[in-house]
Amino acid sequence: MKEKKQDLIDQNLQDLNNDGIDRRGFLKCMAWAGTGLVWTLSGGIPVSKAFAKGMGKGAAKGGDFTFVQISDSHIGFNKPANPDVTATLQTAINKINAMPHTPDFIIHTGDLSQLSKPSEFDTLDQVLKGASAKDIHFVPGEHDMLSDNGEQFLQRYGKGTKGTGWSSFDHKGVHFVGLVNVANLKAGGMGSLGNEQLEWLEDDLQSRSASTPIVLYAHIPLWTIYPDWGWGTDDSEQALSYVKRFGSVTVLNGHIHQIMQKVEGKVSFHTAMSTAFPQPAPGTAPSAGPMKVPADQLQRVLGITDVNYLVSGSSLAVVDSPLADSGSSASASGAGPGGS
Amino acid sequence: MTRKNVWIAGLAMPVMIAMLLLFAASPRVTANDQPSAANAAVNIDNFVFGPQTITVPVGATVTWTNKDDIPHTSVSTDGVFKSKVLDTDEKFSYKFDKAGTYSYYCTIHPKMTGKVVVQ
Repeated sequence: MKEKKQDLIDQNLQDLNNDGIDRRGFLKCMAWAGTGLVWTLSGGIPVSKAFAKGMGKGAAKGGDFTFVQISDSHIGFNKPANPDVTATLQTAINKINAMPHTPDFIIHTGDLSQLSKPSEFDTLDQVLKGASAKDIHFVPGEHDMLSDNGEQFLQRYGKGTKGTGWSSFDHKGVHFVGLVNVANLKAGGMGSLGNEQLEWLEDDLQSRSASTPIVLYAHIPLWTIYPDWGWGTDDSEQALSYVKRFGSVTVLNGHIHQIMQKVEGKVSFHTAMSTAFPQPAPGTAPSAGPMKVPADQLQRVLGITDVNYLVSGSSLAVVDSPLADSGSSASASGAGPGGS
Repeated sequence: MTRKNVWIAGLAMPVMIAMLLLFAASPRVTANDQPSAANAAVNIDNFVFGPQTITVPVGATVTWTNKDDIPHTSVSTDGVFKSKVLDTDEKFSYKFDKAGTYSYYCTIHPKMTGKVVVQ
């Protein structure tokens, strides 16, 4: 069973390498992968890879690298959908630590905490301290900016960032931009970046050559998934207009606690699973509240996202990986990729 | 104050009976249609303020209760009132002393909006 799935993954990988973006194959793979995500940045085009095998020793060449995205830890949440979110975050970290190659860094796409409490951030820090990757980049989720407009978040996780916590950095030829779309939200609206941040973004990208692979990451999706639940960002189109000239753009988000995938031209969008609790697929429940699944199913709908950048190929690979290594989770991704 | 209380006490029973009769006679009467009692409640349930529009008399106190597993806020768009973050089952009350329409929303989930009409 496992071998068969691996074949499917490899096949998709091949298609993607041959033909550029094979959206169907890619989505199929995402449907299989379930809950964690491996992004392989390779020459700038997305390719998906099996979490376990893709990270195998010997694959790495000079300039290749891997990073991991985790999201929505919600430390402090203790309702029936997951009474122990610290334990599932720990499982996610264990999974990262078990990777054959230590990822260069980790990106956390927000909602670190449930209620922005110091004790919640303390617990998160304690768990993350055990991660093999020591370099961790954060953007806030709306749960991290309660009560104090995100001051505490900035103090703890926003060193060297601008505004409400946005920043950019370069890593082995790839340009990463962390955006904040959870501050100063307007009544009736969705996520928002705001003019100041948009101006900064335009400026930040201006000096990069079009061949530089770009990775944008933010908490709320930067594409409209489901407006009724606020699953989108009001001014994301403006932000995306600044990346149009680039050959490879990867957008990583959290917030919706499930995998959604869309490829539009050279821009590949992806949302990651939560490490805390799942949320329903758009419109399938009265609200976006936490979804309770049987306890033995929980770890199949939580996970991490792993991204692997291969200089030698022509692809950027993203693979989702559930916390539970169940061999029977082939169709566990009930939420499924939204783009298909 | 004391006189007022006596007055209210004297009226309370007939008023309650009248209200019961009214509700029994026309079950479609809702809080949206007429000013409700001096103390009104808004429940936050499934990411919705219920009722979305509530009409109350001047001087009424409205209490919001969060019934969700996720925190919410109730914040006036004009800055008139602002709750703290309400975790599950937490409440926030505000007394409306002036007539008018007060729009509010959840600052965490801004798609959630509501109105208090004070008459």
